[in-house]
Amino acid sequence: MKQEDYDLFATLLKQRSGLVLGRDKVYLLESRLTPVIRKHGLKSLEELAQSIRSKRDEPLLRDVTDAMTTNESFFFRDSKPFDQFKDVLLPELLRTRAPKKYFRIWSAAASSGQEAYSLAMICAENAAQLEGWRVDIVGTDLSSEIVERARQGLYSQFEVQRGLPISYLMKYFSQVNNDRWQINDSIRRMVTFKEGNLLMDFGPVGVFDIIYCRNVLIYFDQPTKTRVLDALSRVIAPDGVLFLGGAETVLGLSDKFKPLEGQRGMYVLKDRPNSGMLPAKEKEAPRASAATTTSPFVVNAASQQAVR
Amino acid sequence: MKTCLIVDDSRVIRKVARQILETLRFTCEEAEDGKQALEACLRKMPTVVLLDWNMPVMDGMQFLKALRASSGGRAPKVVFCTTENDMKHIQEAMANGADEYIMKPFDMDIIQSKFSQLGLL
Repeated sequence: MKQEDYDLFATLLKQRSGLVLGRDKVYLLESRLTPVIRKHGLKSLEELAQSIRSKRDEPLLRDVTDAMTTNESFFFRDSKPFDQFKDVLLPELLRTRAPKKYFRIWSAAASSGQEAYSLAMICAENAAQLEGWRVDIVGTDLSSEIVERARQGLYSQFEVQRGLPISYLMKYFSQVNNDRWQINDSIRRMVTFKEGNLLMDFGPVGVFDIIYCRNVLIYFDQPTKTRVLDALSRVIAPDGVLFLGGAETVLGLSDKFKPLEGQRGMYVLKDRPNSGMLPAKEKEAPRASAATTTSPFVVNAASQQAVR
Repeated sequence: MKTCLIVDDSRVIRKVARQILETLRFTCEEAEDGKQALEACLRKMPTVVLLDWNMPVMDGMQFLKALRASSGGRAPKVVFCTTENDMKHIQEAMANGADEYIMKPFDMDIIQSKFSQLGLL
């Protein structure tokens, strides 16, 4: 890699994320930025550097930074998937799982645990409704080192400020020393972390009501994506919900899952029953109501008619 | 137009914060201590105050109490941004009407995530 390209990436990452890109970490650029290069229709790292230099296009810069810092996961990353859990799925779980008072969530590629713990904190926030319930949250990651970190629930001052509201820090964390905070036992008890590779047989993991598998598929080629989605379809409840990352989809990759209409990032089994969580509405109804409330064109057409 | 009053006795910190906040499309004003900040607020309340704690003349906590007691002073969101990083200070800040709390050092991601939680972005 040319010195000037290395300098460009190093400066960019330092500025935007504080990440220090040592000369010995140059190989990371190649592996982490390949999905970004593909997404933006470029061919190589050189082309990417060239594009950054000439355009300084904000979404591109953001994607580069995100891709290089994925190990530094955020609490409540992207916020929307957690709002959806709290507002859309939790009421449905409470309704449909009432007989057993039990549900299970899988945070696949859990990294240092922020996603799993974020979900556990949402459950804790709704403790009154979940009184007498058992909630299992399982986090898995490739790296045994990172699984161990996740288990400990120890985070730097930087990490506890990324995505985590201060009120949650006060409620659910204790300060261990000047720079370290640890998530409380009450939250840690809700989450189990294990080593696990999405490309291998999952083993006897049981069935999950909700699976978060975000920003993982982007690193795989097409056949592998299909394989992983097939495998996930075998461990998800018939009415379960799969979350993928913002840049990911099942379209053209899976004959098992389909997007859930009106809920970005959420996917359900194609042959799901109509009796479980989020039952499918009658064919035309949701589309019609969505059109009248969200499409300015339809609203305009309607109001024009009213004027006439 | 969203406005942010940056209150810090360090010129360097004010400059870094201003760069980040301008990227997030805030119009920024600066104050070097709590007294200057209070005067600025009484002229015109900003959308949000990014507030250091330890400053000469009037510190961040004194400013916060005076702001919240003044007419219209409950409107601005107040985000502490300080090297004080223990639970006692955090609790004191929140009990006195702060909306969020940032422990220095900070970066763009931290400011962005805290501000978006407050519905400012």
